[in-house]
Amino acid sequence: MGEGLKQAVALLATGDKDIYEIMFLSLRVSLTAVMIGTLIGVPLAAFLSLCRFPGRRLVENVIFSLMGLPPVLAGLVIYLLISRKGPLGYASLLWTPTAMIMAQVLLVIPIVTGLAIVAIRGKERMLAETALTLGASGPQTALMVVGEARTGIIAGVLTGFGRVFAEVGAVMMVGGNIEHNTRVLTTAIVLETRQGSFDAALALGIILLVLSFIISGLLLNLQRGVGRYV
Amino acid sequence: MSDAFTLEGVTKRYGQLEALNVPGHKLERGKIHVVIGPNGSGKTSLLRILNLLEPPTTGTLTFCGQPATYQGAGRLALQRRMSMVFQRPVMLHRSVYDNVAYGLKVRRVARSEAAKSVAQAIDMVGLSGMEKQLATTLSGGEAQRVALARAMVLNPEVLLLDEPTASLDPASVVIVENIIKEINRQFDMTIILVTHNLFQARRLADEVLFLWQGQLVETGPAEKFFLKPKDPRTSGFLTGEVVY
Repeated sequence: MGEGLKQAVALLATGDKDIYEIMFLSLRVSLTAVMIGTLIGVPLAAFLSLCRFPGRRLVENVIFSLMGLPPVLAGLVIYLLISRKGPLGYASLLWTPTAMIMAQVLLVIPIVTGLAIVAIRGKERMLAETALTLGASGPQTALMVVGEARTGIIAGVLTGFGRVFAEVGAVMMVGGNIEHNTRVLTTAIVLETRQGSFDAALALGIILLVLSFIISGLLLNLQRGVGRYV
Repeated sequence: MSDAFTLEGVTKRYGQLEALNVPGHKLERGKIHVVIGPNGSGKTSLLRILNLLEPPTTGTLTFCGQPATYQGAGRLALQRRMSMVFQRPVMLHRSVYDNVAYGLKVRRVARSEAAKSVAQAIDMVGLSGMEKQLATTLSGGEAQRVALARAMVLNPEVLLLDEPTASLDPASVVIVENIIKEINRQFDMTIILVTHNLFQARRLADEVLFLWQGQLVETGPAEKFFLKPKDPRTSGFLTGEVVY
């Protein structure tokens, strides 16, 4: 463990080009996936929480079930979509960071949506009626309800980020761990472990945790200042 | 000048239950109308219909001479001319200032103009100096006063109040009642107040409406209503002989 920590510090301090490339790709893939997942998941959660329509419960049940979607299954679905014979095969996305983002988006959406539904649910009716009685339009009401549930929603975004930043199955399946192209921290850890370089694997793990810690802190800071008028 | 509200043949049904039945009634502008009645008599249903939060099952409602609509831009335009305070108002997880300013923000009122109105409203409910406090940390009485300021700052033509003092201590009740009287007097604002408190009804009402099992049993000027009720159900309710 101590050797891993030393090596992690050394890798960062010496400005190892490869390690920075892997770090930035990991962040780019996971942050993009979380951003897309949030842009889809939060409005979807607001819609499901505020609108009544037949089959709403069924849709919610499906979303809650997909929160536990195995990464390899998400990877397989995207693989089938983008492989040469798949419906998106013409785009040649397999073994690219875009494919990795697509797989991670699939994992993030149910988590962000499900946890946002939980965050909004319970107080949405009183909040929505308060907004309406104060003259808010439909979209303004939805924004207010989402804003009031921001603590829970950000927790959902953090959970989603944690899930995809640390997952290996989906990105390995559609990214392939290609050096200087699709290698991210988790796939690099697998590679180093398979090669018996446990200290290097541990160092990469420590870097992953530190990055996760920094991103979580930044996201938590978002809670403050949302919805202020002055 | 047209009345604040005109109800014609308004009924509200929830499944088999008829929660409200008002064959016809007009609520005059500039007055304090107090709605009384036992639990489940349809008071809140009436208030929700008046505030366009839900449509009546049958009948028509006119607000200041305009037919009520319950959807889209038409509803929003009418709803922005009135405001409602609930029995247990929801405070947004923001400062007192931001809570009071919310209705102005959604109307896209300029910040400088909003700041002036908000300061006046906060002052009127006696909460000056508490602008920066997180509204969710306020006591029940303070939260109710913020809710009143939040509604008042919009300068609505009609203010609907659903048991605004039900969960308050006597001192807070006096403060809230004084605010209600003051805004009615100062701004000539129409107020429709639902209450269980007959003493409060007597203190505040220009007109009293008595609901019983969803029926509008009796209405009249406060003095006459309390001294010489016409309907035996009203008499029974006022003397406490009718147990509900």
